[in-house]
Amino acid sequence: MAVYRPTTLQKGDELPPEIAKLVKESARKKAGGDSSRKSPYSGLWSILLSLISVIYVIPIILVFVNSFKRKAYINKSPFTLPTEKTIVDPLFNNYTSGMEKIGFVSAFGNSLLITVGSVIVIILCTSMCGWYITRVNSVFSKCMYYLCVFSMIVPFQMVMFTLAKTADTLKLGNPIGIIVVYLGFGAGLAVFMFCGFAKSIPIEIEEAAMIDGCNPVQTYFQVVMPILKPTCISVAILEAMWIWNDYLLPSLVLDKTKYKTIPIAIQYLKGGFGSVDMGAMMAMLVLAIVPIIIFYLVCQKYIIEGVVSGAVKG
Amino acid sequence: MNKKVLRIYFPLFALPTLIAFIIGFLVPFGMGIYLSFCKFTTVNDAEWVGMRNFKDIFADKDFIHALWYTALFAVVSVITINVFGFAIAMLLTKGIRGTNIFRTVFFMPNLIGGIVLGYIWQLILNGILANFDKTLTYSATNGFWGMIILMNWQQIGYMMIIYIAGIQNVPGELLEAARIDGATNGQVLTKVILPMVMPSITICTFLTLTNSFKLFDQNLALTNGAPSNKSELLALNIYNTFYGRAGYEGVGQAKAVVFFFIVGAIAVAQLFFTHRKEVQQ
Repeated sequence: MAVYRPTTLQKGDELPPEIAKLVKESARKKAGGDSSRKSPYSGLWSILLSLISVIYVIPIILVFVNSFKRKAYINKSPFTLPTEKTIVDPLFNNYTSGMEKIGFVSAFGNSLLITVGSVIVIILCTSMCGWYITRVNSVFSKCMYYLCVFSMIVPFQMVMFTLAKTADTLKLGNPIGIIVVYLGFGAGLAVFMFCGFAKSIPIEIEEAAMIDGCNPVQTYFQVVMPILKPTCISVAILEAMWIWNDYLLPSLVLDKTKYKTIPIAIQYLKGGFGSVDMGAMMAMLVLAIVPIIIFYLVCQKYIIEGVVSGAVKG
Repeated sequence: MNKKVLRIYFPLFALPTLIAFIIGFLVPFGMGIYLSFCKFTTVNDAEWVGMRNFKDIFADKDFIHALWYTALFAVVSVITINVFGFAIAMLLTKGIRGTNIFRTVFFMPNLIGGIVLGYIWQLILNGILANFDKTLTYSATNGFWGMIILMNWQQIGYMMIIYIAGIQNVPGELLEAARIDGATNGQVLTKVILPMVMPSITICTFLTLTNSFKLFDQNLALTNGAPSNKSELLALNIYNTFYGRAGYEGVGQAKAVVFFFIVGAIAVAQLFFTHRKEVQQ
């Protein structure tokens, strides 16, 4: 007669090998997520992706390498490393002469001021406006909402000429004034995103705050704004990417003899001096790229999340 | 929520945005529509001329050329960007080692502005074409493919991020069920994954389509319309009409209105058609 064996296993019991394999497999699936779908060609795909990555990085490295060559040799042989004959002397000559020509430091300052200022103002004003529109829900606020959605599909060329004239009339052609223009033209996307998110906030939370004696301003800053924080980050990233790189709007609105942003300064290097000084051009391109890449590597997580949630809402 | 209480706070909550929106969008837009029927050099000397500006547009050969050139450019770039973006997203959701690094690298060009990108690629493409004794501005075809390469390099990463989010949202049970039913890899892709990521496809085609139609900076930096305005996209053509030819401001504004209707119609039609193909989860 067979002896009865309990089927529950104790800690430390040897598992039959086929079961042990299954347990291991399922643990790996849980930990690795998609690894169950891992294809047998995984090594091959890695190599392919690495090759594509190289293609992605080469242009930037190439510009960096060329920024140390003498200007006459850049167009002739852009794909070679600088040799003794082609290297500039002193080493950072392209950088110093380029910075002097276009006033890079002040352009950088202007770009920074305009971008940071506009993003802060846009976040503050449009998040308040988006929440107001959602909660008041009158005919007027609905009109505002639809106008904002409408403004998102209007191309800039449609308002380019008249916007430049309006800004000129109102004396907005300086780094502070242009913030108003950016708030106006960037409001569409921001209000749209904040409205979408504000709708999903349970109204009971705000009612509780009101019953506890908060006025709308306190309710907004102490209750609503913290809940809106993820949307604030998405909007900030999308607007910052747009404003920092924008060329056309500031070139039309700003008084170009006094204020330049980085894209305007680089375009000026091309147009302002007859024949282009390629050495200075390469050096300035490097200086324009480096801050963005540093910023990107530091805030990568937020940037990618911001793009995803911005795209899903948009 | 007490709406009446909140309404008293209108000047604080909504007014700043509203004023800026009026200055930055509503007034210029309204004036733009009005001025497209006028002859003017500055805004103050506008003189009503009716439909004449719109008639002039279609007599302008450069504009018609730019229209077709832009349409072709948009079609090619939408297809290439989305196909490559989706393919890379599929590879990056396979759990290959180093996925995060690849994702970081592919997304990076998005943060670099159009003007800077234009000059980077001008250097590279001119360097390559120099081997064949040609330059980017040698013909409109060179400029066309130059801009396609540039746009692909810039935008694949952005679309890839959106596709990755879409593919990761496909429930694992669905894929398993399909495999148990004996679906091949190709069938899983076309019958399960593609329908499930349709919302991402809608978004990405919408973004790439409007981006390519509105492209300006890259065009300005890479070729600036050379040779003789043959590589000019619509946005650059409108800009040059405004600021390059004296006395043509009215025509430029009329072109801008036409441009607005084209972009608007494409956006609405495209959203309508791809939305219908989306499946409910």
